[in-house]
Amino acid sequence: MVRFAASRLVWAVPIILVVLIASFVLTHVVPGDPITALVGEYPAPPEYVEKVRRSFGLDDSLAMQLWLHLANLLRGDLGFSFANRQPVLALVLDRAGKTLLLMVPALIASSLLGIGLGMLAASRRGGTADAAVSALSLVGYSVPVFWLGQVLIILFAVTVHWLPAQGMLSVRGGGSGLSALPDFFLHWLLPGSATTLFYAAVVARVARASLREALNQDFVITAQAKGLSDREVLWKHVLPNALMPVISVIGYNFGNAITGTIMVEAVFGWPGIGGLFLGSIASRDYPVLQGIFLLTSVIVILANLATDLLYVVIDPRVRHGYIGR
Amino acid sequence: MAISAGSRAWQRLKRNPLAWVSGGFILLLVVIAAIGPSLLQDTTQSQISNDLLSGPSRTTLLGTDELGRSILTQLVYGVRTSLLVGVLAAASATLFGTAIGAIAGFSGGAIDLVLMRIAEVFQVMPTFILGAVIVALAGPGVFRVVVVIALLAWPQTARVMRGEVLRVKSLEFVAAVRCLGMRESAILWSEIVPNAIAPVIALGTLVIGQAILLEAALGFFGLTTPDVASWGLLLNDGQRFIRQAWWISVFPGLAILATVLAFNLFGDCIGAALNPRAKERAA
Repeated sequence: MVRFAASRLVWAVPIILVVLIASFVLTHVVPGDPITALVGEYPAPPEYVEKVRRSFGLDDSLAMQLWLHLANLLRGDLGFSFANRQPVLALVLDRAGKTLLLMVPALIASSLLGIGLGMLAASRRGGTADAAVSALSLVGYSVPVFWLGQVLIILFAVTVHWLPAQGMLSVRGGGSGLSALPDFFLHWLLPGSATTLFYAAVVARVARASLREALNQDFVITAQAKGLSDREVLWKHVLPNALMPVISVIGYNFGNAITGTIMVEAVFGWPGIGGLFLGSIASRDYPVLQGIFLLTSVIVILANLATDLLYVVIDPRVRHGYIGR
Repeated sequence: MAISAGSRAWQRLKRNPLAWVSGGFILLLVVIAAIGPSLLQDTTQSQISNDLLSGPSRTTLLGTDELGRSILTQLVYGVRTSLLVGVLAAASATLFGTAIGAIAGFSGGAIDLVLMRIAEVFQVMPTFILGAVIVALAGPGVFRVVVVIALLAWPQTARVMRGEVLRVKSLEFVAAVRCLGMRESAILWSEIVPNAIAPVIALGTLVIGQAILLEAALGFFGLTTPDVASWGLLLNDGQRFIRQAWWISVFPGLAILATVLAFNLFGDCIGAALNPRAKERAA
């Protein structure tokens, strides 16, 4: 168990290193001078450009440049965004917090919804509900999530004016602290629903398949033979066994969840990473784009690591070293 | 052996009504992409009418955008872009992934370890963000978008191929051809790979759907060339006029949904036909 956990921890280090190197390669794919990728196309003072040129050693050898690049990133120096007048790291971290405010409740809601739909489908095997859940999750896999957001805006904000379509809080004082919560919730509803629906499709598909498989196992017959009710069999025996693949799909799809949230944010003007991403593409603010790439990659790597470690905690087979996944 | 298994899968595929529906729709898209633009009355996609932002009606059909361009015309031209990018990107990713996966599975040892670790790194990074950053830095262009999508999509193919090669290489016929004195590379490419390719083909169909979605997302974020009509670009336009003109967003989105759905459904049908015992899980 400790060996498995340790091997996953050790494996995360080289992956993070590769991501950092990828960021170096990215600065060199720009046609022309890599300084453009490091400063962006937003007008920056020449002294700053010269400083970046020196600190990244752009006149040195490629190996030296790579070394300086990694050293700068590891020090937390991701550059300065002149479009936003802020250091990139502080800017991206600030926005990431708001992204999490949108994403975490949506992730929880979609997990519950997905597992619920999966249970409904698996328990009514071959019935209408089963077919409906399958169809729904297939559609969920095929829909562009940002378009789903647009449709929600058209239906609930433009046509019937029930919900706000833009931002995270009302401009005219929605209160502060806890009193802002109802206002926040109203703003969350549309982008949150888009993210939830999109992601629940993924969870439902896996939950349905793994519940079906668990229902076919011999231990179900054993439990029934012991005289347990269907309810008890489902909650005590089937669900715990079927939840493993569901947890892993949630954990290992964290990257997709972030990507989906970023796209939804761009549609709803949510002040998170998505809006920043869209704005930085428009203003060619490359350091910010790089910073977003680095931060999201590291978050995804850590989420995968957390999922691996969670496996160790909840799966007795991994815990006792029978399988190393 | 391979031929009879293949023809049995083909029989199963032909009996599946969903395969007919999705396959038929894909065929229809191909026809539209090939001859659609020449059937439309306006010869260029920039054909401008005086109806700016007018809704769907008998004269404007699916409505017009802020420059008076017909949405229907742009949708028809967009089929070309989506299919071209989707199929080219998926084909490149499948070829590359197949090669890497086959070499990894066949060689084993250190080569396998290194190749699969590289694949894992690619799978860990958030695909769309990396793709968007590359395109933003390198500049837009249909060919670049294809390369970027292929670059991001190959690992899943490589993993599936590797697994299949591992399974097939332990079968008896491989030992038999080895005894006949066949070279190792010939054993891999002309004996093992053809027998391991089936699940990769099913996956390849799903990758087309993913590639179309990714292309649309890049277009939506304004990262594709504005002078090539695409569905994602229309959605970008729709976002700006979302309060005045719902039709600019709704129709291209439906087109993307229907197209990706058709490819996903068809891929699932192929997968089920190739592996009837796993059908329960895939369906």
